[in-house]
Amino acid sequence: MKAFCTIALVVSASMMWGAPASPLNQKNVTGPRVHKAAAANVKVPVMPRFRFENFTTANGLPDNHVYSVLVDGNRIWAGTDNGLGLYENGKWKTLTTKDGLAHRAVLSLALDKRTGDVWAGTMGGLSRISGGRIDTFTQLNSGLSNDVVYGVSVEGENVWVATAAGGCKLDLRTKGWSLFNERNTPMVEIWVYGVAATPTKVYYAVWGSGVLEYDQQKRIWDKYEDPDGENEMVLFKDQGLIHEITSSVSYVDNILWVATYFGDSRYDGRYWHNFLTKDSGLPSNFTNYVKGVDANRAWFGTDKGLAYYDGVNWAVYRPSLTTHKPEMTVRDAQGNVTSIPVTSAPAHNYILGIDIQGSDIWVATAEGLSHGIHQP
Amino acid sequence: MRRDRPIQLRAGAAFAGVVACAAVFGIFSWTGRTAEASAATGRTGERLEYASPVEILFSLDGARLYVLCQQSGQVRVLDATTWAEIKKIDVGQVPRGFSLSRRGDRLFVANSWDDTISVIDTGKLEVVATWRVGAEPSSVVEDWAGKYLFVANRISNDVAVLDAKTGTEQKRLIAGRGASYITTSPGGSKLYVTHVYPNPTPYRTPPESEITVIDAERAVVADRIELPNIAHGFHIAFSPDGRLGVVAGLHPKNLVPLAHLEHGGAFADTLTLFGADVGKPVEVPLDDLERYAVRPFGVVITPDKSRIFVTCGGSEVVLVVDVPRLLRFVRTHPGPHAQDLAASGDYVVARIAVGHDPRGVAVTRDGSKVLIANRLEDTISVIDAKADRLVSTIPLEGPRRLSVLRKGEQTFYTARYSFQGQIGCASCHIDSTFDGLTWDLEPDGFGRDIVANRPIEAVKDTEPFKWNGGNPNLPTECGPRTEKYFWRAENYDSLTLTDLVVYVRSLLPRPNRWRQPGGVLTEAQERGRKLFERDIDKFGKPIPETNRCVYCHSGEKGTNQKSFDVGTKKATDNPGPLDTAHLTNIALKAPYLHDGSAASLEQIWTVFNPQDKHGRTNDLTKDELNDLIEYLRTR
Repeated sequence: MKAFCTIALVVSASMMWGAPASPLNQKNVTGPRVHKAAAANVKVPVMPRFRFENFTTANGLPDNHVYSVLVDGNRIWAGTDNGLGLYENGKWKTLTTKDGLAHRAVLSLALDKRTGDVWAGTMGGLSRISGGRIDTFTQLNSGLSNDVVYGVSVEGENVWVATAAGGCKLDLRTKGWSLFNERNTPMVEIWVYGVAATPTKVYYAVWGSGVLEYDQQKRIWDKYEDPDGENEMVLFKDQGLIHEITSSVSYVDNILWVATYFGDSRYDGRYWHNFLTKDSGLPSNFTNYVKGVDANRAWFGTDKGLAYYDGVNWAVYRPSLTTHKPEMTVRDAQGNVTSIPVTSAPAHNYILGIDIQGSDIWVATAEGLSHGIHQP
Repeated sequence: MRRDRPIQLRAGAAFAGVVACAAVFGIFSWTGRTAEASAATGRTGERLEYASPVEILFSLDGARLYVLCQQSGQVRVLDATTWAEIKKIDVGQVPRGFSLSRRGDRLFVANSWDDTISVIDTGKLEVVATWRVGAEPSSVVEDWAGKYLFVANRISNDVAVLDAKTGTEQKRLIAGRGASYITTSPGGSKLYVTHVYPNPTPYRTPPESEITVIDAERAVVADRIELPNIAHGFHIAFSPDGRLGVVAGLHPKNLVPLAHLEHGGAFADTLTLFGADVGKPVEVPLDDLERYAVRPFGVVITPDKSRIFVTCGGSEVVLVVDVPRLLRFVRTHPGPHAQDLAASGDYVVARIAVGHDPRGVAVTRDGSKVLIANRLEDTISVIDAKADRLVSTIPLEGPRRLSVLRKGEQTFYTARYSFQGQIGCASCHIDSTFDGLTWDLEPDGFGRDIVANRPIEAVKDTEPFKWNGGNPNLPTECGPRTEKYFWRAENYDSLTLTDLVVYVRSLLPRPNRWRQPGGVLTEAQERGRKLFERDIDKFGKPIPETNRCVYCHSGEKGTNQKSFDVGTKKATDNPGPLDTAHLTNIALKAPYLHDGSAASLEQIWTVFNPQDKHGRTNDLTKDELNDLIEYLRTR
């Protein structure tokens, strides 16, 4: 009976949204109509173009597996599987556990713009790099909830942390820790993958538990879940968060951007809008990272390349999935996809982190760090 | 006023004999009853309002001398020609540092115990504003642009950045532990911060501190100059050309038994030089054999860069360092020489006896005179900087009679009683608190019976003392025990010891910064209090009385004054139970446990309580443990 209902819902939902009811049709949609830029008889939206400069261990990067990247003025921090890299004046410097780093694997990075301090979430605790000194907070020597720190975000005098055992907050003024878990928030799972903190709202991406919202003024928690529940099929596409398995959040201009392993979401406080490969330019639903630029624009890091959304159109930057040659495609609002000739692409399709430096972009990938130098 | 030289014992055999006799005599003579009896006969803690000048500075035109008086809570304004007092200006509680604005029209005072900055209009000579700042502000400096005010907060280990016009706090910069003294570089572009407590280091490794360098325009930390082996840094001075920076510091030798004092084993009193003149920072000793320079604090370089004057609080002297000779020594003697007792003879050219506990130092604009604030004598020493000699002593207004408390405090801060005058109580109890170090105190072999230095604020009524509870009262602790293990020399006479004990018993706790006004606990603190006082664990099982937090840590000060084995002893410890530590201001006292092996409060239970012998805690979740710690911070 339950299976029957599910099928019925899928059929009716598909009809409602005009989505294909069969796998065959779905394939047709995800296999887009790709035009060659010169030959296509379509007006191709102007999307940012980049020349990608890729860094690997051959250039001095500590490790090719880069989990996170942070722009700090003219300096670039790269959290890798084997240390924290600092790129400054054309040279890489590596910080390791010998320098006091909590763990070699640096999963997340955040900058305190007021003080210039950098916070690094690692597989073995949270480290603060301040004026060259590294201080480390662990679950044994501090109030940190867990040593596996997936995300970190600085807001005022608070450092908000996403860990494998809930979220937490360090008050830099009082040195006190507050822990957020299933006992004091609507969180069901406690694997927290990402955090975005602002003076008004704080959002946690809770793997398997959707998005947790903390209203800093009202001091109350709220929760956003997939209205389809644990059903892996999208039944009510824009009626809520696209999926419970969230991996990253970004909050900018009062807009929440959410990355999940099954598509991405945008929430303006009242309406949700979701993005899937079948009806957007997203190259894959499996998204590791989202970086909102403003209320309309965002970058997405997926397992099949880097994507940019300008509010209407999409661009994808990656080595081709088949030929591995550099590739850029642009998808307009009508779904027309145009291939743009390029000579460079991010180091790898598996994107784990993104940060913006003026009109340039920095991308953490599974096989190197990429600097997208904007081409006018 | 010339002080007596520290007692110097020259023959090892004589020394050993004296120690043995003194120990026996001390044990026989000094009991708590002796001290109580002495107190009962009039040696009481009468509090007279002394000035206690701790810092001094000249007005920009050199016409006035400002004197920061710690005990009276005042800035005294003197005429810099006649030294006559012009005015007393009341400021906050326990002021510790002050500085003039770039234009000289405002004098900023850091009041360390009420967490405020007093702003004095130097035209009106009155306080025109009082701004709230962080925890235990210890010095304050305005940037040259007049945009920011930088305040070093000793307890919160940071530097607050305030709007210099309004006093509104903009942000706090992470400094080292015990951030206390800020100095502006000659060009005004950088600020340099020193720290009275060491930064955390791995257990039983040499201490280290830092100079936090702040970019004044951007108000961010630009650099940190590491000070390896230095646990306590004090004043910094720069040469006018900006090429030479000097910081006064203490280099403890806490990894070897303190009983090796007679081998020069307790501290090196040093200067660390940095800047273009020396390249990498280099530490140079001030001590000379049998002429130690205990607790170097204030430092100034004359305008012609010929001399460095260093106040040494414990030795009650001012050292005069010849700069060209110092730089020649550094350039021709590579390698560490902080413990070389022959080195200072190459560049220390004079030792000038001054008053009790000399602290702040200032030089006249023409470089002809150097003035010293003698904190525990209420005087200002005037030194002829060309002749390197004391030319006059300016008494400050106040009681001339020495109270028992004052005598005790003088005894606490002097080094004259230890072997060759090497150390004093205040060498380890910085500003009558603690030093953040672990020590190997007794002559029982290297690395045996390591102990953390316990703070002494609010120590009254927490006996017994020592971590093994071996000293039943303060007279024993400060008398024969100190004589035997610390001073390695003849100890105090009976009245001196009584005065010292009265002083130590009088020490008040500094204000607790985690307590809310009115004593109301936050939600987390209240949850923690309930855990602290609980008698049933989370599984509903009764917690044995002796395994409840509140059993051992009972009463106002958090100790039942008994000894227990709480499962924290190590193989290197001597047998026996451990005294229950009191909890006053426990948040400030890292490292923890008897041997300092717990770097944080959390580690007491996350690492060192696997069997629940140090209270039932292993049933707690992480957030509950955090709550417990939030409560402990209010004690």
